[in-house]
Formats: sequence, structure tokens, C-alpha cells
Amino acid sequence: MKPADLLFPRPEGLYCPAGGFFIDPVRPVERALITHGHADHARAGHGAVLATRKTLAIMAVRYGDSFAGSRQEAVLGERLPINNVTVSFHPAGHVLGSAQIAVEAGGTRIVVSGDYKRASDPTCQPFEIVPCDVFVSEATFGLPIFRHPDAGREVARLLASQALFPERAHLVGAYALGKAQRIVRLIRQAGYDRPIHVHGAMEKLMAFYSSEGVSLGEIVPVRATDRARLKGEIILCPPGSLQDLWSRKFPDPVTAFASGWMQTRARARQRGVELPLIVSDHADWPDLCRTIRETGCSELWVTHGQEDALVHWAATQGIRARPLHLVGYGDDGEAEPVSGEQAA
Amino acid sequence: MNRFAALLDRLAFEPRRNAKIALIADFFRNTPDPERGYALAAMTGGLVFPQAKAGLIRQLIAERTDPVLFALSYDYVGDLSETVALLWPARAFSPEESFAAPSLSGVIETLATAHKSALPKHLAGWLDALDETGRWALLKLITGALRIGVSARLAKTAVAQLGGLEPDAIEQVWHGLLPPYEDLFAWVEGHGPMPEARDPAPFRPPMLAHAIEDGDFARLDPADFTAEWKWDGIRIQAASGIDAAGKRITRLYSRTGEEISNAFPDLLDALGFDGAIDGELLILREGRVQSFNVLQQRLNRKQVSAKLIADFPALIRAYDLLIDGADDLRPLPFAERRARLEARLAEHRSAKLGLSALIPFGTWEELAAARADPASAGAEGDAEAVEGCMIKRRDSPYLPGRPKGLWYKWKRDPRVIDAVLMYAQRGHGKRSSFYSDFTFGVWRNEGGTEGLVPVGKAYFGFTDEELAALDRFVRKHTIDRHGPVRVVEANAEAGLVLEVAFEGLNRSTRHKSGVAMRFPRISRIRWDKPAREADRLETLERMLASAEVTSPA
Ligand SMILES: [Zn+2]
Ligand SMILES: [Zn+2]
Repeated sequence: MKPADLLFPRPEGLYCPAGGFFIDPVRPVERALITHGHADHARAGHGAVLATRKTLAIMAVRYGDSFAGSRQEAVLGERLPINNVTVSFHPAGHVLGSAQIAVEAGGTRIVVSGDYKRASDPTCQPFEIVPCDVFVSEATFGLPIFRHPDAGREVARLLASQALFPERAHLVGAYALGKAQRIVRLIRQAGYDRPIHVHGAMEKLMAFYSSEGVSLGEIVPVRATDRARLKGEIILCPPGSLQDLWSRKFPDPVTAFASGWMQTRARARQRGVELPLIVSDHADWPDLCRTIRETGCSELWVTHGQEDALVHWAATQGIRARPLHLVGYGDDGEAEPVSGEQAA
Repeated sequence: MNRFAALLDRLAFEPRRNAKIALIADFFRNTPDPERGYALAAMTGGLVFPQAKAGLIRQLIAERTDPVLFALSYDYVGDLSETVALLWPARAFSPEESFAAPSLSGVIETLATAHKSALPKHLAGWLDALDETGRWALLKLITGALRIGVSARLAKTAVAQLGGLEPDAIEQVWHGLLPPYEDLFAWVEGHGPMPEARDPAPFRPPMLAHAIEDGDFARLDPADFTAEWKWDGIRIQAASGIDAAGKRITRLYSRTGEEISNAFPDLLDALGFDGAIDGELLILREGRVQSFNVLQQRLNRKQVSAKLIADFPALIRAYDLLIDGADDLRPLPFAERRARLEARLAEHRSAKLGLSALIPFGTWEELAAARADPASAGAEGDAEAVEGCMIKRRDSPYLPGRPKGLWYKWKRDPRVIDAVLMYAQRGHGKRSSFYSDFTFGVWRNEGGTEGLVPVGKAYFGFTDEELAALDRFVRKHTIDRHGPVRVVEANAEAGLVLEVAFEGLNRSTRHKSGVAMRFPRISRIRWDKPAREADRLETLERMLASAEVTSPA
């Protein structure tokens, strides 16, 4: 079967006619396979949802128990026939529960990687290579300037700043699903055992990660009344809260922002961040290239992000490549804050 | 170098003055000599690398990257040094190679001694061994584009903090010292003698004024104050004295203590006596002080040629005398210092050093009238270079910094028009990913057709959020592109109105509109205002005509 017949983009998302399902659809559909729980990939209101147990649980935490008509759990590595195709889920290393989805029919295998990263992350299962004919990759950081440093080193910079300014609150903007928990784990690994304070919007997901065995230490929700007293403490909040009124009540705060976008200074400045921390949930350029090569694919489809450079690079490697121009992805907290050109 | 780079990186993001000082002091405390001394030299503008050019950097990166990937990356990042720092490929070092990151001192010594032909090899080797921040800092440093929001004064304040000293104590000894300043650090940290204040012409931190508020006048008795013109030049300090070898040393300093003597060699012999003067540097042509526009043209030139000096003759209008011979006058009341200044200048006549006149007034109303019409109130032909009044308490001592209640500045009101955004271009450096240079125009009727004519360009005046919104607007409303310039939809029905404030107007033959603005800035974005209601060229022409009445051209 020709790959472009097995899977192709429709306005709702990537569609597999032989299986009768969409992958990560951006609009409600009858049958959806979901790679991971970020809001741009996992939306509420589908008829039936197939995803890993953890992704299903995350969707329930975010959207309430009735987020879909019915749900089915996909076990990592298990092959599951759906109509005329076989699908299987494999770890993507992006956030807790995240998976790549392999779709096979007539001797052709396409792997839809969703969002993924190769860097080590103590809060989720590491990425696994799934050999395939067509690899479907994101390109959020698809420019060779993106080479993300070791996340532990970035967290060490946060702790060094806290030591230098013990009278200032350290506010860290981090996306509530995945990034925030990874930052907390890294802070704990650096030997910091004081309570870590979190914005109310993060409480539920913090508790969920803890219940899944990710040990986060003492997490204390920030109540309106104690902000003025959090001198010298580390406080995590959603990136949007760094600029709003909420952040102003803290004592002389240092604002940090944990994101892969912090790699370029102009973007860090544009967020008004004093301590940009380059911590990404997505593969950087060398890891995108390495992963594409390791899958052994002969064809590359690029879903969203900076596709030009990646498509160009693939051509120089003898890999046929094309952008899919999918819309609706990229607003998962790594998204471009302002410039309309890169944001989806 | 990596440590210094990390400091620069952090400083570039830190807006608070005290936090900057703490960061720099922490660096000095934890960095050995001579590394910290060279870092101090870099921050105080004491290092120049004439050999390193952007061309060399482009050539090195072209040898190492795919041209398409480089172009896409450069377009995204917008800044050459940063693009190269991010793109520079990691290199595997063989065991016998040295891959230690270079020290700042190593870089400086090599650049000072190496032959030009060896430069590419050295630079490539350093870039191989440094991390991204290190590469960025190195490239910024050697291309002279180290803009990190740190003045010489701030760096010296951090040095002072190491030993619990006042920053002025550093200034007292500063000009006798050379990088890497080991004797300075030794003294500050208490394990060396105070460096001899060999400099006979040191910088003394200036006294600054507060902007006067409407409510102030009711509380202030005009009899306690004197007034003088606020000149639209650059505030300088001129100091002179005899060094140990019996030679006269004269230096010019900017308000922040950067030495600018080299840019104004024509002024150095004006101060032929031991002392220090606080005054304004201005350009005088045909007996008339020129606007800042003209001074700007001289400041823009790197090479100070005889022709430049002849075309743009500089002079100092003195308004205060800090040191007179052996006497430090700063503790004396202003009125006494002023008398000493007048006496000194009467005795020491120089065409390049004149007195800044006082404005006679009895009531605040009289001063307001003088400020509104400087030409009739004594400034005469120099009125164009007046940007307001300075009001000083007669009994004020000369105190460094901005003490309250002693000196006030009373600027003339900036003028404002509503213009329509026409073109936008990406900014530089930090703003490189934004459309942040805006050309705006006003309506005029040309041959029966209503159209917009560009009247100026503004780069600032907006907050970061407003910049983001403007950037979005430009991207959404682009109707054409010419190279880096985007043409934005602008007609009577659709267009964005910008309220533009500016300091002055000039006639200009270079501009299609015939007028040029001084210091235009966006004071408000009028999302609410229809483009057709923006101002017309006639409004600017009227402003220009009324300005010409007060200062005959
Ligand atoms: Zn995601
Ligand atoms: Zn995504």
C-alpha cells in the first residue's frame, strides 16, 4: 500500500481511512488515537479514544471523566488490529504517558511520533526507536541553532541564582504538564529538599505525577495570602502567570522561564525573563536528525514547526521529505509566544 | 572566558541596577587575577580589537555550515554573533590536543600580539573550545558590540562593593590604573596599599536634576533659585591638572565617566588651568550654537579628522566649577561656585570655553515665559539648542547622584502628532526577531489626490507588550515587501494610527515631506483612531513656522 493512501492529512488531523481513525485530531471525531496529553494533541469530545493508560488518566484530570464517549487503553509495545490495519504504541519520551503510534498495513509501516525528545527525563519513559518506512516527525526546534544543553545544568543555574539572591522569590514559568514535574525532579536531584511552591493551576497534575510514582518531594500550593512571605523560595507557575498580576505580589521576584525557546536571546527578552532556562520537551536539531536516521525511514513527513530546514536537511541525506502543513499544533507551552510566523 | 560569558549573559537579562552590581561583585569575588581585571576592562570600555571584523566571522561559519541552513538560522536569530555562537559545530578533540576553554586574558593577549593572518586560526580554535554562551560573548567582545547595559560607573561600583568602599573612592584612583587592575583589587580587598592617585585629571561623579512637577512651583520660592538654559548638547566634565612629569593632562568625560577626550581633541587645550568644569558640549557655527542634530553628525564619525573638526567646531558652555586650583569647591553653595566660575573664565579667556548664561527672572511665570520663548529671553541665536531650563537652589552644594530638592530640570513640552504606520523593518540585536523600526506618515493632498507622505521613523517609545502587538499587526497587514522592509496596509479606511512625540522639527530637503523630526518616539498606539483622522502635513508645517518665529533661521 502506498504510504500516502494509508495516512494523510485532513482538516481534522492525520487520517487513516483503512483503520477509520484520526491521530491527534484537532476537532471532535468518531475515533481518535492520541499520542499524549498536551492540549493541542488531546482534545475533549471524541466518540472513542485509544491512548496509553497514563494519557487517558491525564485527559480525565484535565477535562473531567466524561472527556470521550468511550475509551480504550493501549499497552506500550502491543500490536492491536483496527479494521484493516495494525497499530502499536511506543514510548516517545515527551511527557508522562506519551507515545509514538505505528500504523501498519500491506507491508508498509508509518510511525507518527507525536511530540518527542531524546534527552533524559526522570519523569517519563525514554523514547524508543521504531524502524519504519515513513517517519512522521514534528519540527518544533527544527533549526540547527537549537542544541539544548543538559537540563540539569540549567536547573543548577536556577539554584545558583537562588543562592546569590536569597532575599528574592524565584518564579519559574513552566508548562503544567510535563515541564513543571521535570523541573521539580531535577531540582530534587540537585539535592534541594525545601518545599517547592506551585501555582494553583498546577496542583492536580503534580498530584497525578506523584500518584504515578514520580517523587516530587514536598509540593505546597501558593495561596493568595502568602505570596509576600515567599522570600527566597522557588515557585512554579504557568508561563502566562509570569506577566500577570499574580506574579507581582512576590518579594522582588527573579523571573525564570523553562523552555526550549529560551535558546535565543531575543525571545527570552521578549518574555521579559531575567533567568532564561533552556529546558525543552522536544527534540533539538541533532536529536531530530539522529532519530530520523535511526528509524531507517526512506521518507519523512514533517508535521509542525520549522519544517523548511528539516526538509532541506533530509534531502541532503537522500531521504524524501515533505511538510504536511498540519494546523492547530504547537500551543503546548513550547509554542512561540508572539511571532505569528512560527506559532501554529 | 566561560565564567565571564556567563556573567555577561546574566547581566544582559537583569534590569535591576542593584542586582547587576551584586552579580558583578560576585564575579569579582570568585574570579582570580588577572581574569577579573580584564573583565573589568571589558566592562569599562578599556578594550579595543581593531582586527576582528564581521567578514572573518562569516567566512569561518561558511566553511562549517550548509549555506541554506545558515541562511534559515540567521533569518530566525537576526544577530550574526548569536547565530554563529549557536551554529558553531561541536568538534571532537584528539587526546593530544588542548581543548581547554581560553581565558579572557589569553584571548586579549593573543589578539594584542598575534599577526593578522593568524587570527582566523586563533578565533576558530577558541570557538571550538567554548560553550555557546562563551562563543556569543567572545564574538560580541571582539566585534565591539558588547551591549549589556553596564556602564563604567556600575562596574566600578561593584569593585567598590568588594571592599565596602564608596564608588567615588575608585574614581579617585581610576585613571592612574591599567588593566588587569591587580593593584586596584589588592587595595579594595585589603591586602595592598591604596594605588597612588597619579591622575591629575580624574572624573568626579556629576550632580543630576529631578524633573520639576507642576505642584513644585507652589512650594518653591523663586528667590531661592537661579535658572539657566538647559542645552541640547552632551553633558561633559572637563578636568585638567599637571602630572608628576610636569605635563598638563586634560580629559573630557561623559556624564557616566567614559573618557571622550579622543573624540574632541580640539577642546583639550581650552582648559588651560588646574580644575574641573561641569558643562555642555555644543557645536558652534557662525557664532550660533547648533541643534543636537548637528552635534550628532560629529558624534557619528569614528575618525576625527581635521576637516570634521573644522566643519563641526565644538565648544563648552560651562555651568559649574568643581575644582579650582587646589580647592575642591563642591561643598560650597552654588552661588559661590558660580562666582568662582565667572572669575575663573574672565581671567582665562578661550573661544572654546564660555559661560552658560543665567536667565533673569523674578517669578515662576516670568521663567515660564522665558522657557516658552528662549530667543527673546537672552538665548537669542542659540535658542534652537535650548531644550528647557535648569533651576538650581542658590545654596546647593555639588552632590554626586540625584539629591532631592536642589536641582530641577524643566523641559519644553515635546510635541505630538498622530501619524499612520506605513513601513516596518526588523530591529537589531535583541529585537531582531521583531518588526520594531516603524516609518510613519501624515496626510497631504498632492495634485488633488489624498495620500500619506512619510515624515519620520521611530524605534522606541513602546513597551515590550506594545512591541509584540505592533509586530503582530505588521505581520498581519503586510501588503508588499521590499527586501527587509514590509509595506503595511495604510489608507483612509484601514491603517494604524501612532501618536508620535518628538523634540523638534527641521526643514529637510532629503525628506519628501520637507520636514525632519528630532527624537521621534511612539508615545501611544491609537488602536481606536481611524486612519483618516490622523494629522496632516500642514500641521507639521505650522509647527515648523512657529518654531522659526521664535528662533529665526
Ligand atoms: Zn506535547
Ligand atoms: Zn505539540
